[in-house]
Amino acid sequence: MGSARRMIAVARTEFIHVIRDWRSLFLAIAIPMVLILLFGYALTLDLKNVPTVIWDQSRTPESRDLISLFDGSPYFSIKAYADGYDSLQRDIDAGTAMVALVIPGDFAEKIRAGRTVAVQVIVDGSDATTSRLAASYTNSLGMIYNRNIRSVSRSPGASGTVELVPRVWYNADMRSQNMILPGIVAIVMMVIAAMLTSVTVAREWETGTMEQLISTPIRGHELIFGKVIPYFVIGMVDVAIAVAMGEWLFHVPLRGSPALLFAMAALFLTGALFLGMTLSITLKSQVLANQIALVAGFLPTLILSGFVFAIENMPVLLQGLTYIVPARYFIAIMRGIYMKGIGLEILWLNALLLFIYAAVLILAANRRLKLRLE
Amino acid sequence: MLTRLKRMLVKEFLQMLRDPRMRIVVFGLPVMQMMVMAFALTTDVTRVRIAVLDRDRTPVSRELLSTFTGGGYFQIIRRVDAMDEMTRLLDDGTVRAGLRIPAGFAGDIRTGRIAQVQLIADGTDSNTTAIILGYANGIVTDFNARLNRHLPDRAAPVEMAVRAWFNPNQESRLYYVPALIGLMLLIFSLLLTSIGIVREKEIGTIEQVMVTPIRKMEFILGKTIPYVITGYISMTIMFILAVVVFGVRIHGSILLLYGLTGIYLCGNLGLALLVSASASTQQQALLTAFFIIMPCVLLSGFMFPVHNMPAVVQYVTWINPMRWYLEILRGVVMKGVGLQTLWPAVVAQLALAVGFLFLASKRFRKTLR
Repeated sequence: MGSARRMIAVARTEFIHVIRDWRSLFLAIAIPMVLILLFGYALTLDLKNVPTVIWDQSRTPESRDLISLFDGSPYFSIKAYADGYDSLQRDIDAGTAMVALVIPGDFAEKIRAGRTVAVQVIVDGSDATTSRLAASYTNSLGMIYNRNIRSVSRSPGASGTVELVPRVWYNADMRSQNMILPGIVAIVMMVIAAMLTSVTVAREWETGTMEQLISTPIRGHELIFGKVIPYFVIGMVDVAIAVAMGEWLFHVPLRGSPALLFAMAALFLTGALFLGMTLSITLKSQVLANQIALVAGFLPTLILSGFVFAIENMPVLLQGLTYIVPARYFIAIMRGIYMKGIGLEILWLNALLLFIYAAVLILAANRRLKLRLE
Repeated sequence: MLTRLKRMLVKEFLQMLRDPRMRIVVFGLPVMQMMVMAFALTTDVTRVRIAVLDRDRTPVSRELLSTFTGGGYFQIIRRVDAMDEMTRLLDDGTVRAGLRIPAGFAGDIRTGRIAQVQLIADGTDSNTTAIILGYANGIVTDFNARLNRHLPDRAAPVEMAVRAWFNPNQESRLYYVPALIGLMLLIFSLLLTSIGIVREKEIGTIEQVMVTPIRKMEFILGKTIPYVITGYISMTIMFILAVVVFGVRIHGSILLLYGLTGIYLCGNLGLALLVSASASTQQQALLTAFFIIMPCVLLSGFMFPVHNMPAVVQYVTWINPMRWYLEILRGVVMKGVGLQTLWPAVVAQLALAVGFLFLASKRFRKTLR
């Protein structure tokens, strides 16, 4: 009984500490909201309006047909018409254009004569993601153009053709928001949880108040759990904010069970909190603990979790490394619940691994904390 | 004045690098991060895992499948007999896409009709999905061309000959590796400096500094110069790695790069001073620094292209030092251009750095409140 009382006392002090420091509290709530707003409104990998420059040497109705395809496409936005390689190169060098289309002078003649004509497409490879997508859309426009020509003169005696009917499941209009929002919850919790708790115990050591704590009858686990509780509350509030913003602001469909979502978030949050705690206890320095939390918690969550960069595209060795990044399992769970509407019957292994991760860190934090002076 | 500054610098360096763990944080972590992230940050999509439901089972359908796997873009990891199984594989993420060939596929082709093939793609990763659909379209177009190769007039009239400048194979690594240097410099200079100063406030040693005859400017310089120097050192290490390990070639002038990096670092340190002037605990400093770092990184064009953002947000990126630095990095390293092309970015960067430092010197007080 006394144990719970002491734990609550620690939680109360930490709560007071957090609330009195209104700025930290404000930031702990504001950072997730800013992140979600940014991702919801400003940040998208969906390609559109790629600045394009065109050098039309043909200037015929045929070449204008091709240009109008680019003009009408949402993916390209024609910024300028060039009259030579020099001006074209200047635009690409300066970054005012990322795609250049060079239509040769004999474009119309060759098409009328039924010969193949090559249109040169120059893409700015310094941004490989955009350039690869742009190249693929350029090819599609080329195919559309070819189909338009052919439909005019369909040759008899041709054998049948194959038509690809693509269907995109779980995210029919391929909105990147639908994929980002479930992932952002993981990012937010890592930032708030691991980074905030990483300074808590180290602060007591640095400012000397640890000695006062040691002289009280408090035990290690009471101190740890007491300190974690306020941050757990903040973290769950952040999750609720993220889910609410996804629902009402960005209309990201939540197909699975909200209860399961919050339960899984709590599990991941616990792991993240105790990661920060363990670092804080082990390193006893706020700068160090925080830097390590950044490097061991936040950056892998951002980079190695499949949040933006698909894990299966990484080199095999690195794919192996992602197995020790808990956010990998959490993001799979979140996307499963949000987009696929599946539950524990498929996600149980991910959930189990998250549970193990949280348990290991709780044990680690408790074992590392020694309430003794050195 | 110089002696005081020199003493302060010696003290700062000692304090920063006394702790061996801190030495690792300052020099080791950026390098380690770069190694991991450079390999992870890739949007090159290859060997997409697919499941196949072939209800036709004819030589023609098999030929289509071998066209799919032939280019190395797709790998068939499962052949299924029923749609249920396909659904399950997509649900649990075993495969990224499923290809469904209906019965009568070969018959349709033989009789000159249009045969449909269904590609079901997992849209949870929308960017990869767009690329996968592009690949599949290309493959089917090739397949059609081969089916009809006996007809001379069916050769594709227009052919798009795509060439990627600055990065012929369009490897994302060549772009991300230099950009990572910009990211690391921002994170480390902002976080370490601001926390370093606030630390003195929190544990009370700033009062000892105050009673010494050191002036405000000397204190600021003494606190920031070590981080400019360590910033340069870790930048050099990262560039050596970029060149040796990742095969990045610096096409432009290295001297220019170092000069412009100095402006970037000074601007970041100005920001760090602003943060530390307003924070009284390390926790606050850390959160505030993070509050600045996150939008800077996300709105820099590092992962998300600036031209994709709404117009208003594009203007907001003008006050983002990392955005300009990435433009400079990309320009010098990949395109090999110089000041005559990069001057707008350089001017913006310079204006920001001067602005941040000016604000910092206004806000920063050596005296007690």
